[in-house]
Amino acid sequence: MIPELGQLCTTIALCLAVVQTFFPLVGAQLDKPAWMAVARPAAVGQFVFLALGFGFLEASFINNDFSVLVVAATSNSQLPLLYRMAALWGGHEGSLMLWVLLLAVWTIAVTVSSRRLPEALAARIIGVMGFISAGLLLYIISVSNPFLRLSPVPMDGNDLNPLLQDPAMAMHPPILYTGYVGFSVAFAYAIAAMLAGRVDRQWARWVRPWTTAAWMFLTIGIALGSWWAYYELGWGGWWFWDPVENASFMPWLIGTALIHSLAVTEKRDLFKGSTLLLAIGAFSLSLLGTFLVRSGVLVSVHAFASDPARGVFILSLLIIVIGGALSIYAWRAPGLDRNAGFKVISRETFLLVNNILLSTAAGLILLGTLYPLVLDALEAGKISVGKPYFDTVFIIPMLPLVLATGLGMHAAWKSANLSELLRKLRWPAIIALISSITITALAWGTGPVLTYVGVAAGIWLLLSSLRAPVMRLFGKGPRLTASMIGMQLAHAGVGLFVIGVTVTSTFSIETDQSVRLGETVQVADYAFTFKDLQQRQGPNYTALRADVDVTRNGRKIAHLNPEKRIYRVQTMPMTEAGIDAGLGRDLFVALGDDLGNNAWSLRIQYKPMIRFIWFGCLVMALGGLIAIGDRRYRAAVQTESSTVNAGTATRPA
Amino acid sequence: MNRFIVPIIGFAILVIFLLIELNRDPTFVPSPLIGKQIPAFSLPRLEDPDQTLSDADLRGKFSVVNVWATWCSGCRQEHPVLNRIAAQGQVPLYSLNWKDEAERAKSWLQQFGDPYVATGFDGDGRVAIDWGVYGAPETFLIAPDGTILFRHISPMTMDIWENEFLPRIAAARSGAAK
Repeated sequence: MIPELGQLCTTIALCLAVVQTFFPLVGAQLDKPAWMAVARPAAVGQFVFLALGFGFLEASFINNDFSVLVVAATSNSQLPLLYRMAALWGGHEGSLMLWVLLLAVWTIAVTVSSRRLPEALAARIIGVMGFISAGLLLYIISVSNPFLRLSPVPMDGNDLNPLLQDPAMAMHPPILYTGYVGFSVAFAYAIAAMLAGRVDRQWARWVRPWTTAAWMFLTIGIALGSWWAYYELGWGGWWFWDPVENASFMPWLIGTALIHSLAVTEKRDLFKGSTLLLAIGAFSLSLLGTFLVRSGVLVSVHAFASDPARGVFILSLLIIVIGGALSIYAWRAPGLDRNAGFKVISRETFLLVNNILLSTAAGLILLGTLYPLVLDALEAGKISVGKPYFDTVFIIPMLPLVLATGLGMHAAWKSANLSELLRKLRWPAIIALISSITITALAWGTGPVLTYVGVAAGIWLLLSSLRAPVMRLFGKGPRLTASMIGMQLAHAGVGLFVIGVTVTSTFSIETDQSVRLGETVQVADYAFTFKDLQQRQGPNYTALRADVDVTRNGRKIAHLNPEKRIYRVQTMPMTEAGIDAGLGRDLFVALGDDLGNNAWSLRIQYKPMIRFIWFGCLVMALGGLIAIGDRRYRAAVQTESSTVNAGTATRPA
Repeated sequence: MNRFIVPIIGFAILVIFLLIELNRDPTFVPSPLIGKQIPAFSLPRLEDPDQTLSDADLRGKFSVVNVWATWCSGCRQEHPVLNRIAAQGQVPLYSLNWKDEAERAKSWLQQFGDPYVATGFDGDGRVAIDWGVYGAPETFLIAPDGTILFRHISPMTMDIWENEFLPRIAAARSGAAK
């Protein structure tokens, strides 16, 4: 009964989504206030029924109702409650339910805060979001129904993939999807503005907090996925450039460019064409990512073709949403864009370069991700694309970007004085260079030139980002708004990230050793003693748990418990690494195979500064959070004159 | 032509490629090599670079060739399955370690178990190009006469093994017996 109720609620939500699309969009076009007024109640109704539908599906997971196909496929009665709930988004059908639910949540947020928007703009935004929701709900109900029953009913479920039975991985999809779906708000704003034929600075001010919020979630979601890969895959790597990761990273890059382009639109009424295109691009890539990667078309052509109904539906949806948006763009953007008004050396130029470099990086990653597909379609020869390709094409646009960011942050709008800029920043530059060489050499010894360049670039970005806030602490320099502090903090986060990536990739020590019980091995300055090995029973797995003591100069600094787990249902062995985390370094021990004679293979790693990678991402997200808090986003419609004045040059980006 | 049309044209091209892929026969196997002879190759063995793994090693019995790398998370995912297949002992598993570092690859096998009879180290990916590999993991089924019977792209599962590989071996065996 419960799944059927869920299906009913979801169907009602679809009907309401159609209403939410049709009346507001047509009403705005024909200027019928009564039709436009349908937008808010329809959005609220859609959310309520979707939440009920989602709740009923979640109830089936919690109650172990294995007569429901998706429950039988990804859950199991032995699974702890948290993972039974998370199992909902462990499969394709359930994860799409989560996707539309989050879309409804964003729509409600827009609805609530839309009181101060012009009626027609609010109606169009809610209408566009209703349209996306309607398309997805139709897909869910027609070809990807999570409420289908299974007959005969199995005794127990197939269990959730053990790789996903982890707290970070249970949280990862909701946070990541919140980011993905959040870009739909900027997308809807862009379409609404183009339909109305008006993109102005006030519009940009309205879009900015939404975009930053979505970006913030995406940043945390990606960082969480990377952190999970690091400790759960038992391999010590933190980024693999696999299609699933790329699918989340491309919208992040374009979303980052969008944030910067919006800054120019808000401050200078410029870059409107690129702002609109980036807004469409960020959400299109989210959509493309959700579908193409989840449906498996990039991993295996077979997976896609084996379910042609889904494939045709997905493609039609992409064509209508993305193709439609780009057509409106081709039609309306030429009348909206405006060029000119800034010198070669100005903040505008730096932000333009930023957008080009970020888009280039996203484009090259998209190319690498789709390459197999395109070549296969052409029946051309096969060329392989892997980590080496992505590493190379990513660092080429990113290194100049990191260097230019430090300058760009301090450049004035319209026209900046280059010698003034260089004078202001010579100390950060000099300190970055010297400290990069000395710190690196003192802490880890010598490395290749690129290592020093990377560390210097990171320190440079950190110092140039923190220059203004630190001076402000001493009562010097201009007053800082929340959005300026947020921007500087986010850039400092990028600096930390760059330092972490560079040091980790150069100075990590990775060894695999055969170690007997009681034996001690030395890695870097650390002595690892293999003390004990015991069996342990988990709720749905059996584990072998090792005791490893770590000492440095005779002093005990850590006690690690790496595990090897066998999950009973899928009989899949999993490595649970033992990690002693520290800001300066991680010590990582994973338990390998039994080599006989009481000897085991131990994977022991020393990973300097690896925490900076995720810490940097958190700082970036925190910067976003602070920027959203800026009062001007909540102020009533500002008069144009309040921002165009002599003070513009020192205003935030 | 104005620049605002460029994005929609780019998207249209992408759609055409997706349509081509979609209109393929679902049973289509995306490799021109199916039914053909395995390409001639000779690679140093991962475990002992002085020895080689070549196409000759794969002939004379049914064999499976798995293409993997340590940077590939799909390979990590399928590895337990390969261990199980190797433990069943019906068909010997060989592998190409693709675009990888030998040290990392060796410790991977030590860590997660080595299901392979032998592994060819294809560090620069030259041999994999001949095999038409475009991503890891991929798994090939080879007949005793050296023809490629089947190719599976994406992580191996017991399901694929039992429903795609084993029936083909059985079919090829009964065909040869006639």
